[in-house]
Amino acid sequence: MPFDQRHLLGIETLRPDEITSVLDLAEDYVALNRQSDKHADALTGLTQINMFFENSTRTQASFELAGKRLGADVMNMSVAASSVKKGETLIDTAMTLNAMHPDLLVVRHPHSGAVDLLAQKVNCAVLNAGDGRHEHPTQALLDALTIRRAKGRLHRLNIAICGDIAHSRVARSNLLLLGKMENRLRLIGPPTLMPSGISDFGVEVYDNMRDGLADVDVVMMLRLQKERMDGGFIPSEREYFHRYGLDADKLSHAKPDAIVMHPGPMNRGVEIDGTLADDINRSVIQDQVEMGVAVRMAAMDLLARNLRAHRAGAA
Amino acid sequence: MSDVLFTNARLIDPEAGTEFLGWLSVKGGRIADHGNAHPHAIDEPAQVVDAGGKCLAPGIVDLGVKVGEPGERHKESYRSAGLAAAAGGVTTIVTRPDTDPTIDNPETLEFVTRRAQEDSPVHVRPIAALTKGREGREMTEIGFLKDAGAVAFSDCDHVVHNTKVLTRALSYARSCDALVIGHPQEPELSRGASATSGKFASLRGLPAVSPMAERMGIDRDIALLEMTGARYHADQITTARALPALSRAKANGLDITAGTSIHHVTLNELDVADYRTFFKVTPPLRSEDDRLAVVDALRDGLIDILSSMHTPQDEESKRLPFEAAASGAVALETFLPAALRLYHAGHLDLPQLFRAMALNPARRLGLDAGTIAPGAPADLVLFDADVPFVLDRFKLRSKSKNTPFDGQRMQGRVLGTWVAGTRVYEAT
Repeated sequence: MPFDQRHLLGIETLRPDEITSVLDLAEDYVALNRQSDKHADALTGLTQINMFFENSTRTQASFELAGKRLGADVMNMSVAASSVKKGETLIDTAMTLNAMHPDLLVVRHPHSGAVDLLAQKVNCAVLNAGDGRHEHPTQALLDALTIRRAKGRLHRLNIAICGDIAHSRVARSNLLLLGKMENRLRLIGPPTLMPSGISDFGVEVYDNMRDGLADVDVVMMLRLQKERMDGGFIPSEREYFHRYGLDADKLSHAKPDAIVMHPGPMNRGVEIDGTLADDINRSVIQDQVEMGVAVRMAAMDLLARNLRAHRAGAA
Repeated sequence: MSDVLFTNARLIDPEAGTEFLGWLSVKGGRIADHGNAHPHAIDEPAQVVDAGGKCLAPGIVDLGVKVGEPGERHKESYRSAGLAAAAGGVTTIVTRPDTDPTIDNPETLEFVTRRAQEDSPVHVRPIAALTKGREGREMTEIGFLKDAGAVAFSDCDHVVHNTKVLTRALSYARSCDALVIGHPQEPELSRGASATSGKFASLRGLPAVSPMAERMGIDRDIALLEMTGARYHADQITTARALPALSRAKANGLDITAGTSIHHVTLNELDVADYRTFFKVTPPLRSEDDRLAVVDALRDGLIDILSSMHTPQDEESKRLPFEAAASGAVALETFLPAALRLYHAGHLDLPQLFRAMALNPARRLGLDAGTIAPGAPADLVLFDADVPFVLDRFKLRSKSKNTPFDGQRMQGRVLGTWVAGTRVYEAT
């Protein structure tokens, strides 16, 4: 099971066989999580600190549960962005934490690259739980696992990522992962929400949902942040929903068995029609949440193995 | 102010655009003569310097150096900046007014002038702010400041938003025959940006600005020059898109010159790599295509001046996530070795480099410097253009060590620096 990483900072540095390792191990944890006794001991004796400089309920809960199920001592630190003056104490916080000898550090931060910076200053394994607009690797891995289970494979699929690509770390990590696994990618959204240099990414770009969704196997919707909704990037929520919101009519252009994904939390009636989101025949959104716990267990397990091997080698 | 005779020197003459093996004599702090045959007998030279075939060039005139006085002396003082300059072959530093408080009144200007005279071994010429507090609302006392020694007027990286304010400042500056230095950048488009838009910035998830913002900035300023006839210098042109506008403005006879920074001609956006904040500068590093276009413009003389844009920042202000980190790099000591990369890569010859680093800035600011012509002040740099070394930032004389060239292989180092005939630096 090849996995040679010290940290999980992004998809960019992962090889395809390492991605497969995480997904394969996660399958075991999916099975475990469905039993009534959900305990394993992969992280027994290790300390996991979840440090969130940006508010998150879902991701933090998912990491917390993953750590607890593997037997780690888990501590949550919510460092609201307001109390930490724009990352000024980031290094200090890292040094302080480091002195407490954590083994796994799960970090979310509003600035791109902040988790990389922190990882340079600590002695433990660092997991990026989202940094600015940069990467959110565990989200891409859980999406990959969801796709692989629904489609039976993770290559040669037509996959559309729709919505606010420009500000989305989920989109970046997914682009990297799905590209590495040799899928055909399409980005669909208004030009105001497309990142610059998009023509150099080796993807197809559409500003029309119906054209972009034609014959795709997977439709990944992105959350539109509230602060982008009015005036600045799009004229209004209702026009956005009309042109870019996923509904049954737009989805009818995709393959009949296309699955619908969303990283959550959803804005029903903005980027996705509520009924469609709940349609168990098309939507795999609940599966994504389930896979999230399993993938995070797998990622932390693999990192902990490397950490223990490294410490054994150093001793 | 001793008399010196340099022999066996590779003389770099940016005015004539030539270099030749010869001698140069200094008398009374000024260049007495130079030639390529045997030196005339000069009356008992106090000192003979055998250059051993190394390069002797006019000292560098560095336009746009940030010294931390007043306000941020812990980042750079006149003493540390002056020592760094001397070690870098820079004999005149032209300082920026983006201090705290801003150098926007004659009293502050007199303070920094006095501090510079007390502490700096090289010449210091100050730029004063164009508007009070660099806020873009009211013009400074351009006349008084000029009388007090300001060689130019600039709000540095604060673009004067209000075109009416800028128009009046340009018109008034013209009446004082004062040079205005602008920062060509569309301020709204570039707000908050820490990278140049494109694939790299998108992959790194950094807020980015299109190179078009620079062209819009220069277009606006050129239009106002047509209106006012002011003397204008664009501090940094860093993109290919801004060059045609500059070329047209020059062809149309406007009194405009342009500069660029050493970092924009030797580095590109990819050097930022994994969020290395020492590579964060303003404007952000550009694409390789832009870099090459700017290098060409520098060689062809469309871009007149090459500056270090020396900007000291302490460790704390750089040890932050990229977006939040301070901008700028120290460069006085790395300026010449970095510029020599252009020489070694075959882009510019040495006279062309010193035209951009010494002659043109001196001419534009009306300074008696930048040349080896007889009668000029003996501000000189002796350097070996070829010797290789690996840069160690902790050996820099600047108080701040934020250089992007740390650990990099460089070629060329300063052997000695003379200001008005007095040796102010000697390599050990």
